[in-house]
Amino acid sequence: MKYQGFSFNKLKIASFDFTCCEGCQLQLANRESSLTDFFELLDIRNFREISSEQHNDYDIALIEGSVSRQDEVERLEAIRRQATTLVAFGTCACFGGVNSLKNKFPLKESVTEVYPCMLIETSPIRKISEIVKVDLFIPGCPVNKEEVERIVVSLVTGSLVFLPKYPVCVECKAQINTCLFELGEICLGPITRAGCNSVCTTGKTPCLGCRGPAEEINMAAFLALVTERGLSQDDLREKMAFYNAFEGFTNYEA
Amino acid sequence: MVLCTFQGKECGAMIYKVITKAEFKRFIGSLVRDNSSFGPHQVGSDCKGNAVYQFLPVTSLEDIAFDYSATASSAKHFFLPFREELSRFVFHDEDWEQQISYDSSPIVLIGLRPCDISALNILDDVLLNGHFPSPYYLAKRKNTFVVGMDHLPLPDCFCKSMNHHIVSTGFNLFCSDIGEEYYLSINSSKAFNFLKEFDTRDPLDEDNWKLVERRKLISNSFVAEIDVTGLPSILDIEFDSPVWEKWGNKCLNCGSCAMVCPTCYCYSVEESFETNLKSAVRQKRLYSCNLVDFAEVAGGHNFRPKNGDRLKYRYYHQHRGFAENANQQICVGCNRCGRACLSGINPKDVINDLRMDGGRGLVAANGSALWRKQLLQLNP
Repeated sequence: MKYQGFSFNKLKIASFDFTCCEGCQLQLANRESSLTDFFELLDIRNFREISSEQHNDYDIALIEGSVSRQDEVERLEAIRRQATTLVAFGTCACFGGVNSLKNKFPLKESVTEVYPCMLIETSPIRKISEIVKVDLFIPGCPVNKEEVERIVVSLVTGSLVFLPKYPVCVECKAQINTCLFELGEICLGPITRAGCNSVCTTGKTPCLGCRGPAEEINMAAFLALVTERGLSQDDLREKMAFYNAFEGFTNYEA
Repeated sequence: MVLCTFQGKECGAMIYKVITKAEFKRFIGSLVRDNSSFGPHQVGSDCKGNAVYQFLPVTSLEDIAFDYSATASSAKHFFLPFREELSRFVFHDEDWEQQISYDSSPIVLIGLRPCDISALNILDDVLLNGHFPSPYYLAKRKNTFVVGMDHLPLPDCFCKSMNHHIVSTGFNLFCSDIGEEYYLSINSSKAFNFLKEFDTRDPLDEDNWKLVERRKLISNSFVAEIDVTGLPSILDIEFDSPVWEKWGNKCLNCGSCAMVCPTCYCYSVEESFETNLKSAVRQKRLYSCNLVDFAEVAGGHNFRPKNGDRLKYRYYHQHRGFAENANQQICVGCNRCGRACLSGINPKDVINDLRMDGGRGLVAANGSALWRKQLLQLNP
C-alpha cells in the first residue's frame, strides 16, 4: 500500500480467544460499511472465526478473554514468544471481565453450581497482564469496532495509538442524554474511560465501567456524590465489581 | 411605535407587534411544518418528579413545551457541534487536495431564553468579531432563525447578576408574555415577512405598560444573586487562593459543565485517516478545560495536572475573560453547569467562597498600597 510517497505494510495479525464469549472477536467482522477496507489493512494469519487457515508467523496478537486454566497459561506464553505486539482485546482480557465474578466465591462452590455432575479443571480468573506483558489495551464489552479500526489504522501508518483519557460523561452529554443520576440511578460514567460513545447510557442503561477507569479519576468525589444522594452502597459495590475493572479502587470505606 | 429603550439596552431598528397566543401558536405551527426546527421538548422527569427539557427536533406544536423551565443542555451545539468536520483531505497518486465545506442547512430555533441569546451574542464576539472569524460558525449562525421567549427565573438562575436577563439583539423574533398575548420584538426582515401572513397589531400604550410590568416582574423574581463587582480583579488577586483546591477536590474532571454551557467554546482538533487510507479528516471536537489532558502537550507534559488548577482556569475564562473575547466575562448566568455538576460545584458558591477569601486578599493588597504610600511620603 503506497500513499503520498509513504508505503505501508499490512499488519500480520492473529486473534486468539481464551475464557470469554468471543463477542469481541466477532466485532472485527462487524461494521460492514468499512469491512473490506479494514481487512485490506490486515494479513490475517490466524483467526478461527473467519478462516480455517492457521499460520504462526504473526506480529500482532489480539488476545480475547481472561485466563482460567493452566493450558491457557501455556498457550498464552507461546503466543507472547511469537508476537511483537500483544494486545489485550476487550474487557475480559484487560480486567478479567464478568468472568471475575467467579473469584468472589470459593472455587469449588462455583464449579458445582455451574457444572453439578462434571469434574472441571479451573483456576481463579486472571487478566492477561497477570500472565504475560501486554503492549496495548483495547477495553470494551464488547470492543468498539470504530475504535479498533482507528487503532489498526494508527498501527499501519505508524502514528500514535491512544484511548480517550476523559470519562464517559463527555460523550453522554454530547448525546444530550438525561444524566442517569438525575433519574436516581448509579452510573459509573463519571469514572469510566470514554470511547464507547456512551452507548449504554444513551439507551438509559447505567454505565458498568466495561472500559475501566478514566485517567486520574476522582474516586473520593465520586463516592461522596453517591453517598450524598442516598443511593445504595450495595448497588455501587455490585456495579464496580461487575467487570473487575476498578480493582485498585475497591478498598474504600463508603 | 418604537420604544426609545428596549429592555434597558440600546434600541435598534426594532419593530414591535402584539399577537394573541392562539395566533402565535398558528405562526409557530406553520414555521415548524415548513422548516427543520428545534425547540424545548420534555424528554422525561427526574427522580424528584421535575420535568427534564432539551432542545430537540420538533415537527408540530405538540412537540414544543412552550411553558418549559430550562433545558438541561444549551443550544450551543446547533452552532458549535460537539464534533464537526473541518476539512477532508483526498489523496491521489503523489498529490492531495483539501476539501472544505461551510454548508449549513437553515434551521429554526424556538424558545431560547434571553441568557441563551446573550450567549450567542458572546460567541459572535469571539467567533465572528475577533481576529480569526470562523466561517463554520458564521454559516450556522446566519442560517438559524432564532425565536426567543422570556420566562420567570428559576430559583438558581443568576443571569440578572450577569446582566443577561434581558437581551436586545441576536434574535430574529422575541416574545414577551403579557398575559393573553405576546409582545413581539421583531429584529429581522425575515421575521417581519413571515409574520405578515398572520394576524398581529401595533402595540397600544396599554400593551407597553403590560410589557414594563412583565419586565419588572421578571427582574424582581430573581432569588439567586452573585456579586460580580470587581470580580476580574478578585480573580487576579486570588490566583493562589486555597478556594481552588477546595472546589477542585470535588471536581470529577468529567467536563459536563463545559458540555452543557452555552458559551464554553474550547475545542480539540484531531486528524485521522479514513480506513481506506485514501482520505483523511480533520475534526474539531468540543473539549473542556476540566478534562485531565486539556493542557497536555506532545511528549506528555501536562501544564495543568491538578483538578483545582483546571477548575480555576475555567472560572478565569468564564468570569474574568481572555484576551480573545476582549476580557469580557462569558458566563451568562444560566447555571446549567451548576445543575449538571454531580459534585455540586456551581458559580454562585465558588464565587461567593472566593469573595469571602478575597476579602482577606483585598485587605492585604490595600495594606501594601498603604505601605507604598507611606514610603513615598517618606521619600518624596
